[in-house]
Amino acid sequence: MLKESIRDKYKVVIGLEVHAQLSTVSKIFSSESVSFGGSPNTNISVVNLAHPGTLPKLNKKALEYAIKMGLVCQSKISRYNIFDRKNYFYPDLPKGYQLTQDRTPICIGGYVPITLKDGRQKDIILNRIHLEEDAGKLIHDQDSVYSLVDLNRAGTPLIEIVTEPVLSTSEEAAAFLTEVRQRVRYLDICDGNMEEGSLRCDANISIMLKDAKTFGKKVEIKNMNSIRYVQKAIDFEIERQIEEVERGNSIISETRMFDITSGKTYGMRAKEELNDYRYFPDPDLSPVIVSEEWLNSIMESLPLMAYDLHKKFTELYGLPQYDAQVLTDSKEIALYFEELCQRTKHYKAASNWMMGPVKAYLKTLTNKASEIPVRPVILAELIDLVEAGKLSFSIASQQVFPVLAEKQGTSALEVAQQLNVLQESDTGSLMPIIEEVINSYPQKVAEYKSGKKGIIAMFMGEVMKRSKGKADPKLASELLSKKLEVL
Amino acid sequence: MQEDLLHGAISCTAIVQYFLSNIQAQQHLNVFLSVYDKEALTQAIVVDQKIKNGKAGKLAGLIVGIKDVLAYKDHPLQAASKMLNGFYSQYTATAVQRLLDEDAIIIGRQNCDEFAMGSSNENSAFGSVLNAIDNNRVPGGSSGGSAVAVMADMCHVSLGSDTGGSVRQPAAFCGVLGLKPTYSRISRHGLVAFGSSFDCIGIFGNHVDDVALVLEQIAGADEFDSTVSQNVVSSYSNQLTETQKFSIAYIPETIENPALQPEIKATIEKKLGQLKEAGHQVEPVNFPLMDYCLPTYYILATAEASANLSRYDGVRYGHRSADAGDLTQLYKQSRTECFGGEVKRRILLGTYILSASYYDTYYAKAQKVRRLIREQTKALFQKYDILIMPTTPTTAFPLGKNTDDPMAMYLADIYSVHANVAGIPGISVPCGVDHQGLPIGLQLLADDFEEGKLLAFADFLMKLKGDV
Repeated sequence: MLKESIRDKYKVVIGLEVHAQLSTVSKIFSSESVSFGGSPNTNISVVNLAHPGTLPKLNKKALEYAIKMGLVCQSKISRYNIFDRKNYFYPDLPKGYQLTQDRTPICIGGYVPITLKDGRQKDIILNRIHLEEDAGKLIHDQDSVYSLVDLNRAGTPLIEIVTEPVLSTSEEAAAFLTEVRQRVRYLDICDGNMEEGSLRCDANISIMLKDAKTFGKKVEIKNMNSIRYVQKAIDFEIERQIEEVERGNSIISETRMFDITSGKTYGMRAKEELNDYRYFPDPDLSPVIVSEEWLNSIMESLPLMAYDLHKKFTELYGLPQYDAQVLTDSKEIALYFEELCQRTKHYKAASNWMMGPVKAYLKTLTNKASEIPVRPVILAELIDLVEAGKLSFSIASQQVFPVLAEKQGTSALEVAQQLNVLQESDTGSLMPIIEEVINSYPQKVAEYKSGKKGIIAMFMGEVMKRSKGKADPKLASELLSKKLEVL
Repeated sequence: MQEDLLHGAISCTAIVQYFLSNIQAQQHLNVFLSVYDKEALTQAIVVDQKIKNGKAGKLAGLIVGIKDVLAYKDHPLQAASKMLNGFYSQYTATAVQRLLDEDAIIIGRQNCDEFAMGSSNENSAFGSVLNAIDNNRVPGGSSGGSAVAVMADMCHVSLGSDTGGSVRQPAAFCGVLGLKPTYSRISRHGLVAFGSSFDCIGIFGNHVDDVALVLEQIAGADEFDSTVSQNVVSSYSNQLTETQKFSIAYIPETIENPALQPEIKATIEKKLGQLKEAGHQVEPVNFPLMDYCLPTYYILATAEASANLSRYDGVRYGHRSADAGDLTQLYKQSRTECFGGEVKRRILLGTYILSASYYDTYYAKAQKVRRLIREQTKALFQKYDILIMPTTPTTAFPLGKNTDDPMAMYLADIYSVHANVAGIPGISVPCGVDHQGLPIGLQLLADDFEEGKLLAFADFLMKLKGDV
């Protein structure tokens, strides 16, 4: 570990490039489907294979998805869109060029606000979000002599979200990625799964002395397939660069890979000879104009985002910040909760249910079902029963909820009745039990009367026992006190 | 002819047999790379039956040859390059499909310059095509085979491609009609790309009505090409008889050019005189950007070509070097072994033009000049229906004359590239012969999507020919 004093001499500059695979039905420039896990080279066509004479055709859905992301990041949307050819040779790139947006990115500028652990807020400024096509995959471990090419992934639409070099810690990078992942998931434009590569992040890192005027040489890190690894890789890289400079060495501008097992980055290829991609506008695609009308319809179709729901939960439902944060973490939970709140007015109780029993129940499920097995209307009924004193919280959560989860569609009241756990919350049915208990213990009544008020707990326990737990504790305690006082 | 077919005076089978025997008898011209004889005969029987049943398509009886840059499912496609040895197309080009849908018969695949790069058809991996009038002369290029096929009676019409004159120039050298429609008039789906923003499928024929009929079938919107025009396709063949007085422009510099063969100059001057006499308005116009057309064309077309030809890398199809040890060698050797000299030259030129340090000097500037040329051209057609100029500076030149001098070869396109740079339609109309009996072509140009007017005027001019 570096000494704090050495570390403090340097300023760290980080820029991120995040690729998100868009979950459109078909590929960006051809009609075959985008799906994962198929046998190699099954989702391909003559267009995809770059057979002679084939032409690309833009899937407008991909453009729409990119615009959605731009809109929720406050980017400016380009009305006139062309695609550029980025020329380089690699076997996973059938045309010998990648279609991307070099000169007219669909989204210009914008920002993504992040909240750090200490509560500090920071806006991460975006340079752009542009559309491009994904490449295929090379498989090196199937044959001893040849590398194999699988082009299923080639042509999958991607958006590349490029930040300005405004991040300075790995924690900021992680917070940014978390926020981006949440946004693409809320928009339903990408599944946000980093392990499977649908969300990928490259980090450009450089260091400079705090009083330096120019940026240090930047190093690009690839192959980080989780937010945790991004954080680890950046931390390692910052230390490595500072150590190099402290030793009197200079940083080489290069691409480095992150190795999961060692937690280190290692050099891949020197960027000394700058690759000249010879970008130029693709003459095979006619320019796409984003009309006012289309843009408006996309804007109107935007779903409620985490920040919208967070605001609603705190301002309209009066929930604490913490609750709102937890509830909006995943889109499924947030939308479920939102529906729940259309059915019950006990917002805080509903929130407690979500963060307590519901969350606990979901954890016990072996298959990672994201769907909550109890419909919001039923859960609302259950919450209302508890709030009305007809059911105790512990019985509702431990006995009634699991049955509701098993037998979908049955009403909470029905289940509570079947289980015979409804509380006796009317005075008429409770009074005989209370009188019975008082009559059974004249000695204890005398003790109470002589001032040992604590003995009421014993009476309560006895009332609950004789009511088989169905007595509403609040009401029972009230009635018991009154009765004892008037004796 | 179609009337004879419909009345049973002649059969489609007989027509196919006639062309097949002509192909057979003139193999030395090296026109066809594949002859689909059995298929064509089988299809002819089907078409004859359809005619009998009154269910024949609009092009029944029409026999077509296609340049080796057009995709035809399950047939070889190799752009006259060794690079695509053994390659069979897995789909059919839109233009070809539309011919087939109307019962035209494809008789074979025609020789051309490799990847449509050349003006003499000497750049084919399968050897030169010979001019049928003088076997020591070139047929022009790059669609040389397609032009000679029509010239030497091997098919009714040919589909070629015209990026800088590759239909009109060989048409002129071979004494046939060669139409390059407006850019985007015909879908490029299935046309092997050379310079995508210039490439047009073009039509060769001996009669204007054949060319018009084919154009109206193959032109128009296509879901596979996002750049194709959505403009309605007119019935060109029905517009040919319309008589009108045309306003005609010519650019004096194109006629006074000292490089222009005097007999071509004399022919064009004579024609202009005849037209004036016939009551048409004929006026000289200024077009100061004419000299910039050729450099603009070569900069932009080679830039696009350098990327378009990247897909021929030996990875997925076509030629792969047998002894490449690693990936870089695989690319280098496969491409070095199989691309011909002219293709390599253009890839290198285009790559250089697009390199970061020269992009603004060449590519960006050429784009600006192209826009100016287009604007000036459009302005000209505000006032005139037709612009007349030579198709080529000379008649067909001897084989081997320009092969060592690429600049001299590029000058063969000096009159034809204008239409491609501006995107307008053009047609070369045969207009007599020089003292050696070599055909002279006259080029007619019109405004965007004015193919109807262009063809009507060409028809008029063809009929005027008898008066010369």
